[in-house]
Amino acid sequence: MKVVVDLNLCDLHGLCVEAAPEVFEIGDDGALHVLNETPEQGLRASVDKAVRECPTGAISIEE
Amino acid sequence: MLRRIVIVGASLAGLRAAETLRARGFDGELTIIGDEPHRPYDRPPLSKQVLQGSLEPEQAFFRQKDGYDALALDMRLGVRATSVDLRVKRVTLADGTWADYDRLIIATGARARSIPGMTPRAGLLVLRGLDDALALRRELMNASHVAIVGAGFIGLEVAASCRARGLQVTVIEALPVPLSPILAPTLCEMVAAMHRDHGVELRTGVTVSDVIGEARVAGVALSDGSRIGADVVVVSIGVTPNTEWLDSSGLTLDNGVVCDGFGQASPGVYAAGDVARVVNRWHGDSPRIEHWTNAVEQGVHAAENALAGPGASTSFSSVPYFWSDQYDRKIQFIGLARRHDEMVIVDGSLADRRLVALFRRGDRVVACLAVNQPRALIRYRKLLAAGASWEAALSETGAS
Repeated sequence: MKVVVDLNLCDLHGLCVEAAPEVFEIGDDGALHVLNETPEQGLRASVDKAVRECPTGAISIEE
Repeated sequence: MLRRIVIVGASLAGLRAAETLRARGFDGELTIIGDEPHRPYDRPPLSKQVLQGSLEPEQAFFRQKDGYDALALDMRLGVRATSVDLRVKRVTLADGTWADYDRLIIATGARARSIPGMTPRAGLLVLRGLDDALALRRELMNASHVAIVGAGFIGLEVAASCRARGLQVTVIEALPVPLSPILAPTLCEMVAAMHRDHGVELRTGVTVSDVIGEARVAGVALSDGSRIGADVVVVSIGVTPNTEWLDSSGLTLDNGVVCDGFGQASPGVYAAGDVARVVNRWHGDSPRIEHWTNAVEQGVHAAENALAGPGASTSFSSVPYFWSDQYDRKIQFIGLARRHDEMVIVDGSLADRRLVALFRRGDRVVACLAVNQPRALIRYRKLLAAGASWEAALSETGAS
């Protein structure tokens, strides 16, 4: 899977960081960073959680 | 065997429940019933981007890209569920049809309260649904002065949106300081001052005794004898859970559908979102929570437990989270600050209106408010979820 974030939509709620800290981070620059764009399948559940909990729908997964 | 699941409420909670059921492999009949003619849509933009005109209403709908085919839903929109018979497991709809279920998920949400005894008339509006937002936006196009009754987060967001449109705004609040039951007094004062600085006339400690105007509103009369002229009056004094259709069901209703920690109201019947009171392990209580993330979490939780069944269900535990965007400020709040013993600003200041505040109850940190400090919130969310002590929270501050 490939994780894609639309930074125009990202509103820095940080729920994805809580759901999948291995994949998402808010950096020192105050912007969201995808630490791992192609996480292994073992992280699928956490990434799915990040997708469905994002209040702005900024995260999507491309298979 | 599970063949049929019915979700009542084409809402965020209802949609996330449906998505979860399919994602977990449920391939039986899945019915979703909604009283509005619309497919599920997102409410947070309604009081902000939609009112301000920067977002078209159709952009507020969920699943614009993915569509609904993959979910294979029997979606029945524009028709209200009128009752449920728990014995024969049947939901009856207003058009005389029905839907039978093996599991039922109730996600009927809440509706905006109106001022008791106030007759409806042109220019007197509430804001809850998409149609409300469109009606209000139309009214604002020809308005010059808006009176907003109730300075909760929705009322204050509407005030900010009306100011963005250049309208004269008066907000009327019964409490001496807005938001004071949920936050600490100094923080409430900061929010009030922010609105005053943006040109909002904030009238506190008064109530509306009458709405003036016959066919159309002309303003409001207040309990102190004064009058405020307005072309549009918006009432934002909270919501009432939509449980009337369950009155004869036998379910326990008390300011919402009363559920256990599994989100279960009765065997095989679950509730989620604004209508539900689910026991939350995090604070050991079962409040009714009207937050966006709560609707997601409980929708998912109800769906998972509906599939898992009694033997394998999990109990609900979540730190409440909400946010509010007003002017150029993002206010984020996690936890529960009611009945807190102490509030400390650990970063930033009231003067800058950019800060992080922690709330203590006993020896625990119970809540965190951040204004334009999204990164800080992530740290404290972790601590709150872990039930961290006040000491630990304060030392986290030192470490940053």
